Amino acid sequence: MKFTVQVNEGPYQHQASDSAFFFVKAALEKGHEIFRVFFYHDGVNNGTRLTTPPQDDRNVVTRWSALAEEHGLDLVICVAAAQRRGIVDDGEAERNGKDATNIAPGFRISGLGQLVEGAIQSDRLVVFGD
Amino acid sequence: MSETKQFLYVNRRAPYGTIYAWEALEVVLIGAAFEQDVSLAFLDDGVFQLTKGQDTAGVGMKNFSPTYSALGDYEVTKIYVEKESLEERGLTMDDLQHLTYEDEDDDWAEKDSIRLVSRAELAEIMAGQDVMFNF
Repeated sequence: MKFTVQVNEGPYQHQASDSAFFFVKAALEKGHEIFRVFFYHDGVNNGTRLTTPPQDDRNVVTRWSALAEEHGLDLVICVAAAQRRGIVDDGEAERNGKDATNIAPGFRISGLGQLVEGAIQSDRLVVFGD
Repeated sequence: MSETKQFLYVNRRAPYGTIYAWEALEVVLIGAAFEQDVSLAFLDDGVFQLTKGQDTAGVGMKNFSPTYSALGDYEVTKIYVEKESLEERGLTMDDLQHLTYEDEDDDWAEKDSIRLVSRAELAEIMAGQDVMFNF
């Protein structure tokens, strides 16, 4: 089955990102296809490489990055939600005159159309959040 | 796009306490370009999103409620409001904006977009969808 996964909550504050990660990992292990993972609302905060959790805790961000590298996952951060919350890549820094970037490896910033396209192209849209 | 799916956007939260309502509306507006069979549902505190006379000056936030009246222009013409959710909050249809669309199949006659449905009816509507976005 082909899935698009939507993550609506930030890391650590909420379990949504953890649950989504384990869902994606399990789906891939069972041979399913993950068309896209789309980060929306505070979920965009899963894509900052500046996250520094305590050493005895999981690293939610690098865990996504590693899974993306291993499986060629398409991790998409919503541009409008990212701009509000300060998630920045090279293109956004240039466009909005910011002095830094913070996007984590394996993530890219794009529009809401990517979420809608994912819902159309996939057999299931699975949403993680409240 | 090769196929048309039934999309239901489910709105469950009050408009300003969290950003879900506004960012849900942004998905609806962008999604309209994909020409799917779109419906919106408002239930629980989500019914407050459609109330008329919203004034956000006191909280210093943008009042996005006028945007709902533009949905008809985006060919979003099916807006379900759950009857029980209204009643539980002491609201009636008179408290909501009057949302309309022009029906191209009926000589552009102006028609009501809001359809008041029971909780049981809404459950059936949900069961018939291909995709549900929950906000």
